[in-house]
Amino acid sequence: MSTVSTPLADSAIMLRRNLKHTVRNPVTVFNAVLFPIIIMLMFVGVFGGAFSVGEDYVDYATPGLLVMAISYGLGATATAVNDDMTKGIINRFKTMDVSRGAMLTGHVVITTVRCLVACAAIVGVAFAMGFDPAASALDWLGVVGVVVLLSFAAGWLTVATGLAAKTVESAGLATVPLIMLPFLSTAFVPAETMGTGIRQFAEYQPFTPIIETLRGLLNGNPSGGDALAAVAWCVGLALLGYVWAVSTFKKRA
Amino acid sequence: MRSSAIAVSGLRKAYGDKVVLDGIDFDVAAGSVFSLLGPNGAGKTTTVNVLTTLMKADAGTVRVAGYDVAAETRQVRGAIGVTGQFAAVDELLTGRENLQLMADLKRVRDGGRLVTGLLERFDLAGSADKQASTYSGGMRRKLDLAMTLVGSPQVIFLDEPTTGLDPRSRRTMWGIVRELVAEGATIFLTTQYLEEADQLADRIAVLNQGRLVAQGTPEELKGQIPGTHVRFRFADLAGLDAAARVLLEATRDDEELTLSVPGDGGTRSVRALLDRLDAHGLDAEEFSVQRPDLDDVFLALTDQPAGVQNTSKEAIAQ
Repeated sequence: MSTVSTPLADSAIMLRRNLKHTVRNPVTVFNAVLFPIIIMLMFVGVFGGAFSVGEDYVDYATPGLLVMAISYGLGATATAVNDDMTKGIINRFKTMDVSRGAMLTGHVVITTVRCLVACAAIVGVAFAMGFDPAASALDWLGVVGVVVLLSFAAGWLTVATGLAAKTVESAGLATVPLIMLPFLSTAFVPAETMGTGIRQFAEYQPFTPIIETLRGLLNGNPSGGDALAAVAWCVGLALLGYVWAVSTFKKRA
Repeated sequence: MRSSAIAVSGLRKAYGDKVVLDGIDFDVAAGSVFSLLGPNGAGKTTTVNVLTTLMKADAGTVRVAGYDVAAETRQVRGAIGVTGQFAAVDELLTGRENLQLMADLKRVRDGGRLVTGLLERFDLAGSADKQASTYSGGMRRKLDLAMTLVGSPQVIFLDEPTTGLDPRSRRTMWGIVRELVAEGATIFLTTQYLEEADQLADRIAVLNQGRLVAQGTPEELKGQIPGTHVRFRFADLAGLDAAARVLLEATRDDEELTLSVPGDGGTRSVRALLDRLDAHGLDAEEFSVQRPDLDDVFLALTDQPAGVQNTSKEAIAQ
C-alpha cells in the first residue's frame, strides 16, 4: 500500500469503471434515451390533441416526460447493481481496502449522468415539436437542479432495490412501479380530470410536486410550495435509499 | 521457528442453528503453502470468507499477516489477495483494464508497467485489449489470479483455483503458485483435487463437518492409513471364493469381486502371489498395485460410517 485510500478517490475510480461499462453497452443509453422519446411522440403527437389542458400539450407534457425519462432510466441501474452483486467481482472489492460506499456511489453518479442525457434529449425533441417555455436562465438552472436531485435520490433508491433483489430479472421488475408512477401523477393530464381515488393518489405522490415544480420553472413562474415539497421528497427518498442500500450491501456477503 | 502468516484459534461460525465451523485451530508459517481439504459443505469457503474479512466469526481469534481480522480489518485487507471460487473479473472491461483497475484501487505507482508485466507473465498479452467476456475459462482464471497479485499481497488465498480447468491450465496454475512461494508469499489453498494439495502444499488440514480431522504434511497424512497392497479382481464370485481360500491374508470385497493383499508391490512379492494363484489354477481378471494416496486419506477421514471405507473408497477412486 503506497497511500491510504480515500472514499473520494475510490469513488472516482469506480465511476470510471461504470463509465466504461456504459460506453461498452451503448444499448443501455440508447434504450434510456429512445423509450422516453417514443412515449413523448405518442403522447404529444397522438393522444395530446384529444387532451384539453389549457395550453399547448407539448408545453404541458414536457415536465412530466422529463420525470418519465428519469424513472425509465432506473431499470438499467437496478440490473447493473444486481449483476455486480451476483458476479465474483464484488467480493474482490470487499476483500480490498476500498471504501464500501464507493462501490455504490459510482452507480448513482452514472445513473444521474444517464438521466441528464435522456432529459436533454427530451428537451431537444420538445423544442422540435414546438415547445415554447418561458423559463429564464435561472429557471433552467433550477430545472437542471431538480433533474439532478431526483436522479440522485431515485438512483440511491434503485441501487438499494438492485441490492435487495435476488435475481437480475426481479431487479429489473422492481423498478416498474417507478415507471408507472408518472402515469398516476399530473405528468400527462391534470389531477382534476381523474377519478376521486386516483386523484387523491396523484395529488399526494412524490412525482406530482416534482413535476409541478418543473412545470412552474419551465413556465417562468416557479411555485415555492411545490419546490419545497419536491426537495423534501427527494432528500427523503435519497436518505431512505442510501440507508437501505448501505445496510443491504453489508448484509450481502 | 518462522513467524505465522495466518493464526487461527477456536474459530466458530454458525448460520442460525447450523454450525458450520465448530472450533478450528491452525497455523500457517510465512512463505509456505497450506491446503485446506474437505468434502463439499465442510466449511472450506466459510473459513476463507472469515479469513478474508468477508464474514465475521462467531467466536475465536484469527490473525492474518499479523493483524486481527476483527479489529484491524483494513490492515488485513491491505495485506491479502483473494481469488475466489468464481472468477472475479469485470467482463465488460478488457484484461488490461481489469488489472489497471486493481492497480488504481491499490494506488500502485507505475501501474502501467506492472500491468504489462503481469499480462506477459500470465500469457495474456495477446488478448490484453479484448473484453474479459470473450476469454475462455482458463484465461479468466489466469486474469483473476493476476488481479489478485497486483500490489504484491503477502498472503494469498486461493479458493478452489483450478476447479473447471483443463489439465494443462491446471499445471500452469501450479507453476505460478510455486513461483509465488519462491518469491516469499504465503498461500492458503482450498481444493477438492487431492493431487493438487499433494503437489503444492507444505501442510494439509482436512476439514469435515466443521472440524479439522487431520493436519500434517502430505506424507504424514498418507502414513495414517494402511500401506501398499496388491489387488486382484475376479470374473465371478466362484473365482473370488476359490482365491480367498488360497490367499488367506487378503481382505475380500464381494461387491467389487476383489481381493487385496498387503505387500510392498515389488516384482518378487508380486510373482510369489501370482505363483500361488497359478498353483491352484486360478485366474484373476486383472491385478493392480495400490499405493495409498491422498484420495484414500481423504475418504478414510471424511467417511462417516467407519466400517465400510474399503468398499466405498475404492468404488469412488475408480
